[in-house]
Parts: sequence; structure tokens; C-alpha cells
Amino acid sequence: MSEIESVRKGKGTIFLRKEVCKGCSFCIDFCPTHCLEFSIEFNQKGYHFPLLARPLDCTGCDLCGLYCPDFAIFGVKIKDLEKRRTSPEPLIPAKG
Amino acid sequence: MSDDLALDIQNPVMQLLRQDRIPHIWCPGCGIGTTVNCFVRAMLESGLNLDNVAVVSGIGCTGRVAGYINLDSFHTTHGRAIPFATGMKLANPNLKVIVYSGDGDLSAIGGNHFIHAARRNMDLMVVCVTNFTYGMTGGQVAPTTPLGPTQTTMPYGNFENPFNLPFLADACGAVYVARWTVFHVRQLAKAMKEGLSKRGFVFIEAISPCPTLYSRRNRLGDGADQLKYYKERSIVKNGADTKDVGLTFQGDITVGKFVDRERPTWLDSMNGHFSTHFKEKYKIYGGSHGED
Ligand SMILES: Cc1ncc(C[n+]2csc(CCOP(=O)(O)OP(=O)(O)O)c2C)c(N)n1
Ligand code: SF4
Ligand code: SF4
Ligand code: SF4
Repeated sequence: MSEIESVRKGKGTIFLRKEVCKGCSFCIDFCPTHCLEFSIEFNQKGYHFPLLARPLDCTGCDLCGLYCPDFAIFGVKIKDLEKRRTSPEPLIPAKG
Repeated sequence: MSDDLALDIQNPVMQLLRQDRIPHIWCPGCGIGTTVNCFVRAMLESGLNLDNVAVVSGIGCTGRVAGYINLDSFHTTHGRAIPFATGMKLANPNLKVIVYSGDGDLSAIGGNHFIHAARRNMDLMVVCVTNFTYGMTGGQVAPTTPLGPTQTTMPYGNFENPFNLPFLADACGAVYVARWTVFHVRQLAKAMKEGLSKRGFVFIEAISPCPTLYSRRNRLGDGADQLKYYKERSIVKNGADTKDVGLTFQGDITVGKFVDRERPTWLDSMNGHFSTHFKEKYKIYGGSHGED
């Protein structure tokens, strides 16, 4: 979690489950602010995964989350972090 | 940044996925997972009561979607997702039924069901992931394969004229027809959300990379390279005449919302017809379209 603290100056941050990433680079190639880069490290399956290389540039727009075909990464706006942590979105929204 | 499996903030898509089944079987750079992101976001924003939503697919890589969505979902036989979905919808008109299908599944073995469901304006939303090939079975030619590319069953390149699926759906009477690519994630999610709110036969085509078979066999690079091609060569033309939106190998891709109209659904027509015929002896059959 310390890394989260260090990026708080930016507007957003990412969350990543690196073990389910398959290294397709969609998030890296299509992030509007180009703030992600591949790790040098491999995950357990042998793929390079994204790292938030330029945390100040991340806006938390979650476009990486929309692109990621493996549901491995998503973005959150810093201003929403606390809210998301304390009251996770309801499982079935609206009338359900 | 956090990378353990128990994140304290959840990815919003996880709410509607069977998490025990992730990681999924799709190859690195396959676009099917991206369409699922769009679909889940559309569902979450749709305001539908998700207890009344069902997802049906046939067989294929795309057919696996039903198995990953944490709603009532059915993995039926190859090509038969539409008849299965039709049966569900007519037996319980309160349901909102979505068919999630591969292009081969939908337009080859399932082609007949597709045209008739559109003709009848059956109240279904059909999402077609078009990757121009039969993914699951090893890259055979599909009815959507454009002229030119090599496939396992077309070793010297495809010479069969392909379907233009939006045109087919439009000609048969679909009330909503849109096409986007996996590059256009926001637009695709919006189209799906709109489609969920329509009554009648909705057809949404998502052009998607199959890096393992289609791209590799034709030296098109990986999934991200296909997304870059979609980005460069897509032309947004809402309201385009669907007869002009056919696709060529690595050529321009016309995307947008092509058709949005109203037409009585099959149940509306049946109710209208029998009410006229039998007058007050006939009791209207129908439900609420998944809204309560
Ligand atoms: C009745 C029947 N015929 C053939 C098959 C073999 N089969 C399985 S998946 C498939 C095609 C899948 O292609 P598509 O629908 O385009 O989906 P994709 O895998 O590309 O997502 C075929 C022919 C089958 N399972 N059942
Ligand atoms: S949240 Fe937006 S800005 Fe941040 S990494 Fe993801 S796509 Fe880039
Ligand atoms: S989009 Fe997802 S799977 Fe692809 S590199 Fe990024 S995190 Fe990994
Ligand atoms: S074979 Fe093609 S369609 Fe199937 S999962 Fe792999 S990339 Fe996707």
C-alpha cells in the first residue's frame, strides 16, 4: 500500500492483479496519458505486466480497465479511493 | 499500486463475473475479454433488474462468455443460442435475454435462426464477436472471413464472398444495428447499454482480434497490432446505409450506429393479431422486458 501513498499527488492510480495479466499491452498502448510501461520482471506465467511508470500522469480514467481482456488492471480516481474502499459498489445495483 | 489477489478495492467488472473461473481460457491479446468489460459496464449502468437477465451462448471461444458471467447463463449447443434464447423469452417474457455469440456460431450453423429471429423481431439482444475465423476449432474459414486471408481450410487465401452482418440484420428487420471494434470500448459499452433498453431484435457487432489464429496465419502481429489497425482504419458513420458497410481484408472499417427504429416485436404482433381476431376472449400474453 505504500506505493499508493507515493502516487497521491497524481489524480489517479491503478490496481493490478499481476498474476492474471497476459502481457497483451492493450493497457499500455491505449492509456490516454501513456503512464504505463512493461515491467522487467515476469509474473508466474512468464508474462511481463504493466507498471505505473509515471504516476503523476495517471488520471484514474479506468480506460485500462475497459481495455484489459483479462480483468487484471483497473484505474481509480484518488478522490474516490476512500469511498471505494469503505463502501464497495453494491453487488446488484438499482432495483435488484 | 497493489498486486495481490485480495485487493481492497474491487474491479467493477468482478461483480458480474464468476471469479473462481478467472483467469479465463482466452489467449493473450484476444479481444473477447474486452467486449465482456464493455458488456458488464453496460449491464451495471442499464438499471435492469439483473435477476431478470439471462445470457445465452453457443459454442466457440466467444461461447465461453456465458460461463464467465455471474448471472443466469446458458452455454447451449453450437449455433443454437438464438432458438434457446427465443424459447426462454417466450416462456417468460419478463426476462431480458442476451445472446453472446461468435461470428461463425451465429452466421454459419446458426445463420438460419439469426435471420428468422430478426425477421420476427424477437425481443433479444445479440452481441456478435466478429474475429473473421473459427477460433475454438483452429482457424477455419468463417462466413465473415473477408476475401484474401489464409485460413486452415483456405490455405491459398479465402475466395468466398463474406457476409456483411449489419446489412443482413438490417434487411431482415432488426430494430437496432451497430458495429464497433474492440478499440472503441466506450462506444461499444454505450451501444450495448442502448441495446439493452430497446425492445425487439438488437444486433451489435464487435470486431475483435484473434491473434492466435487469424492474425498469426496472416502475419498481422498480435492483438494490440490489430487494435492499432482498427484505430487507424475505422470510419465512424452513424446512420450509414448498411449495404455499404461490408469489410475487406485489413481495409477501412465503417463503425457506428446504423439502424435505430421501432417495429412491433413478435409478441406484440401475436397479441395484436389475436386480440383483433378473438376480441375479449383473448388474454394478452407478455411481460415487462426485464424492468421489474
Ligand atoms: C454441431 C457442431 N458443429 C461443429 C462444432 C465445432 N465447433 C465448435 S466451435 C466452432 C466455431 C467457432 O467459431 P466462432 O463461432 O466464430 O467463435 P470463436 O471461437 O471464433 O469465438 C465449431 C465449428 C460443434 N461444437 N458443434
Ligand atoms: S486509469 Fe487511465 S490514465 Fe491511469 S493508467 Fe489507466 S488508462 Fe492510464
Ligand atoms: S491489458 Fe491487462 S492483460 Fe494486457 S498487459 Fe494490461 S494488465 Fe496485462
Ligand atoms: S483462439 Fe482466437 S478467438 Fe479463441 S481465445 Fe484464442 S485469440 Fe481468442
